[in-house]
Amino acid sequence: MEAPDDRKYSKEHEWVVLHDDGTALVGISDFAQNQLGDVVFVELPKVGAALAQFDQMGEIESVKAVSDLYTPVGGEVVEVNADVVNKPETVNEDPYGKGWLIKVRMDNAAELDNLMDAAQYAALTA
Amino acid sequence: MTSPPFASPYIPNTDADRAAMLRAVGAASVDDLFGDIPAEHRDPALDLPPPLSEMELRAEIERMAATNLHGGDRPSFLGAGVYRRFIPAVVPPIVTRGEFLTSYTPYQPEVSQGTLQGSFEFQTMTAQLFGMEAANAGMYDGATSLAEAALMACRVTRRYRVAVAHTVNPRYVETARTYAAPQGVEIVDVAASAPALDDDIACLIVQYPNFFGCVEDLHAQREAARAVGALFVVSADPVACGLFKSPGAYGADIVTGEGQALGVPPSFGGPFVGLFACKQDYLRQTPGRIVGKTTDTRGREGYVLTMQPREQHIRRERATSNICTSTALIALWATVWTACMGKQGLRRLAELCHQKAHYAASRVAELPGYSLPIEGEFFQEFVVSCPRPPVEVNARLEANGVIGGLDVSDRYRNGMLLCVTETATRGDIDRLVELLAEAA
Amino acid sequence: MLLQDADARADAHDPRRLLMERSVAGRTAVTLPASDVPAQPLPDAALLRDDLELPEVTEGEVVRYFTRLSQLNFSVDTNFYPLGSCTMKYNPKLNEAMAALPGFANLHPGQPESQAQGALELMHGLQAYLCEITGMSAAGLTPLAGAHGELTGILMIKACLESRGEGARRKILIPDTAHGTNPASAAMGGFDVVSVPSDANGNIDLEAVRREADETLAGVMFTQPTTLGLFDVNAAEMCRIAHEAGGLVYADGANMNALLGRVKLGALGFDVVHLNLHKTFTTPHGGGGPGAGPVCANDTLAPFLPAPVVERRGDAYALADPPQTIGRVGGWQGNFGVLARAYTYIRLMGAEGLRAAADNAVLNANYLRARLRDLFVLEPDRGVMHEVVFSARKRRGARAIDVSKRLLDYGFHAPTMYFPLVVAEALMIEPTETESKETLDAFVEAMERIDAEAAQDEHFLHGAPYHTPVSRLDEAAAARRPELRWRPAAST
Repeated sequence: MEAPDDRKYSKEHEWVVLHDDGTALVGISDFAQNQLGDVVFVELPKVGAALAQFDQMGEIESVKAVSDLYTPVGGEVVEVNADVVNKPETVNEDPYGKGWLIKVRMDNAAELDNLMDAAQYAALTA
Repeated sequence: MTSPPFASPYIPNTDADRAAMLRAVGAASVDDLFGDIPAEHRDPALDLPPPLSEMELRAEIERMAATNLHGGDRPSFLGAGVYRRFIPAVVPPIVTRGEFLTSYTPYQPEVSQGTLQGSFEFQTMTAQLFGMEAANAGMYDGATSLAEAALMACRVTRRYRVAVAHTVNPRYVETARTYAAPQGVEIVDVAASAPALDDDIACLIVQYPNFFGCVEDLHAQREAARAVGALFVVSADPVACGLFKSPGAYGADIVTGEGQALGVPPSFGGPFVGLFACKQDYLRQTPGRIVGKTTDTRGREGYVLTMQPREQHIRRERATSNICTSTALIALWATVWTACMGKQGLRRLAELCHQKAHYAASRVAELPGYSLPIEGEFFQEFVVSCPRPPVEVNARLEANGVIGGLDVSDRYRNGMLLCVTETATRGDIDRLVELLAEAA
Repeated sequence: MLLQDADARADAHDPRRLLMERSVAGRTAVTLPASDVPAQPLPDAALLRDDLELPEVTEGEVVRYFTRLSQLNFSVDTNFYPLGSCTMKYNPKLNEAMAALPGFANLHPGQPESQAQGALELMHGLQAYLCEITGMSAAGLTPLAGAHGELTGILMIKACLESRGEGARRKILIPDTAHGTNPASAAMGGFDVVSVPSDANGNIDLEAVRREADETLAGVMFTQPTTLGLFDVNAAEMCRIAHEAGGLVYADGANMNALLGRVKLGALGFDVVHLNLHKTFTTPHGGGGPGAGPVCANDTLAPFLPAPVVERRGDAYALADPPQTIGRVGGWQGNFGVLARAYTYIRLMGAEGLRAAADNAVLNANYLRARLRDLFVLEPDRGVMHEVVFSARKRRGARAIDVSKRLLDYGFHAPTMYFPLVVAEALMIEPTETESKETLDAFVEAMERIDAEAAQDEHFLHGAPYHTPVSRLDEAAAARRPELRWRPAAST
């Protein structure tokens, strides 16, 4: 299963990629979307919400399963991806790109050290 | 002549079949198949009446049924949430077709389109009658449907106190209490007309028409709920909604109801079907089955159970409810009945109820000793204050072949809740009035 | 089975045209009398509506539409329906006739008891029979479905604990094989759910139970036989452990069809059990209800039964509230029409007939187990009760869903699939006692042909079913953009 090495991963199958401006994009892995099957509904936090690392941040539903979403990094939610709310299949089609879920302004970049790199994550899901 | 050993008409295996099957299984006897049951508990005596033939059993059960007095062979003025209705001859044979009767929850939609499309029609009619955006495929009954609405309002608002107007069916309130208590939800009794609500109230529940038959403008109640950020929940009679403004038109957030009113036999209390409708935004918090429209691999329209992750078989302890059934057959009954009535028929039927109930009320009000303690518009039920305790009046009616109204003397002095539906003739009503006069 | 042509939507009689799409202003399916009372003043116009759209169709159209719809269904009356854990046995027509007797169907639930003695006599009799069958001391008939009975049983346990001053106990143990309704019911009852694994033989893991049996234990919810179709030999010991820790044990009687006359659940130590009258006692499933889920309790829990129960007082029957009742769980006194059907069945069968039902249900399941074992994987591999759970993971190209869908083409309803969750690619088959050896043999033959089809072309089954009114439906599309009702064209 694909896991790009430009980002970090949590054991709950979320990924995070840090941008130069201090914001971070969060999504779910290709492995996770594949396990879920056709995603039909995504519930995300409100913009402005303050999240701590590994807090529950929402839910994702497929036809016959539901999973909690946990943010891999803490911070303030500065944007949520309206495209995945309106077209949940985007998560299946492009989990590492257009299927991102939320953008967070990170409080503490060191939290990234609590996460796995692509190789470690690939080993977990092998 | 000796009688042959009992053979069930429902079990095809013969001794020869069993012998052949046991050989395939590799067991010496059927007893061997129960070897896991601890010996000390195996094969206990079972003390039941001996089996009866169909002829004998029919006679026995017909005897029991015949001892009941009922609204099918005499005038009845009892309502209070269950209504005697005209049922067109076409309804029972359609609904009891084996293909509807003996199928199950449509887990395999490819061979369940009849049930699924029937549920879709039911959802459509429920939503239209209540003036709401969406409805589910059915609940157990009106009482549990309202209890589930109260719990849903708590999930939506994350508040845990529920205000119930004083004029809601007491049986519904008791059921809601049973459902609410274990989850730490408090049920608060509030005034019906202009309730003052605390700002931690999850929802205001009212009944429409209320338990005592009155049809009220619900604007004030809706505003009372809105003012504190509570949901507005209405338990409504679907037949009244054939004539009077829908709860949706008053801005209700959740509407529930007893589907029995839609031509389902009273059957001593069930099976009925609970109606449950809500605004689109709250759909993911709804309990129960929901059917949705989609297409198959060849682009043909079809229907499936949808939004299933809300339900117990997927979310388990975090489900919106533990309910599995949609009471599909009774929902279908209500759907076929409503389709038969149609747009004009339901309106006319509701008008007949209204006309006859008002005629009855005006006649009773003229009787010496009787009065109507409640003012205002009503649909098919009204409270009468009797000159004597209602239990005595009802005994007089029963002795003369008439089933009287519900005793509500705990709420109104010598109060009796009378119900007059389309099934009462003028002759029935005049006879009631005559007997009431004699009972004064 | 009515087959549909892809281009038939234009046909006026195509069953896919909804009622509102068939509606023509001015048509009607009923005749109603003119009002026979002097005209009464109309209600205030401000209170009335003029926005109600309902179909306008003739009686003949109603009949044809719903008849055509019915023909799109598989049912027990038309097909073998081995849907595991649902006990889809034949539903006797006598049951229907008895429930529809005017003295029952027209009886208003609010009538005084003096006017309803026949109905109360029937209910009183049924209470006694269900107690005898389960080995319990009292029964309550009010729960309106199986899951409703579960909730009722759980609330009785809660009330009993509270009466002992032990309301702080919040933990309910539930085996990992349980129906989803069990944890959902426990949660509705305000309890915390702890899942307990099964051991290698499919019995509840007693070590796990012992670990959890502490001062926070409220009880256990337990299905006997289990959803693996196995009689759990640890059940009695599990009850003992739970009781010793101060907890109570609820039995899910969904699988009672295996046990009729062979063992009483009360004797195994259970405190309360619910029965699915629509499974074990032949009341029809109705496309997903109505059912009935009476509860039977031992002396410990009987005082907490839901209100009302039927009592005999001298020569008369009366409704009564048990002394420490949990209260009312529904509007009236249960789904009487369903109770009357079950009563009819029990009286026709008697003790020997009920035992014969269990015997033949278990024999039929074991026969299918023996005949199908080479096609699938059996874990654990031991004799079953009323149903058998296979795993379809033996062969590529034949997942549980593919086998299930292809069975539809052969005219058989599919087994329950992907349940219980502990078995990968589960196919749960419950033949029931009302099916003949010939039917079971035909089912086996269909399974063998499907196996051969998968061996020949591993993609073939993915396209099944091929001969049903619709093929596989797009459930993802239905969930993503819910379309849950007809809407007028203008507003879509």
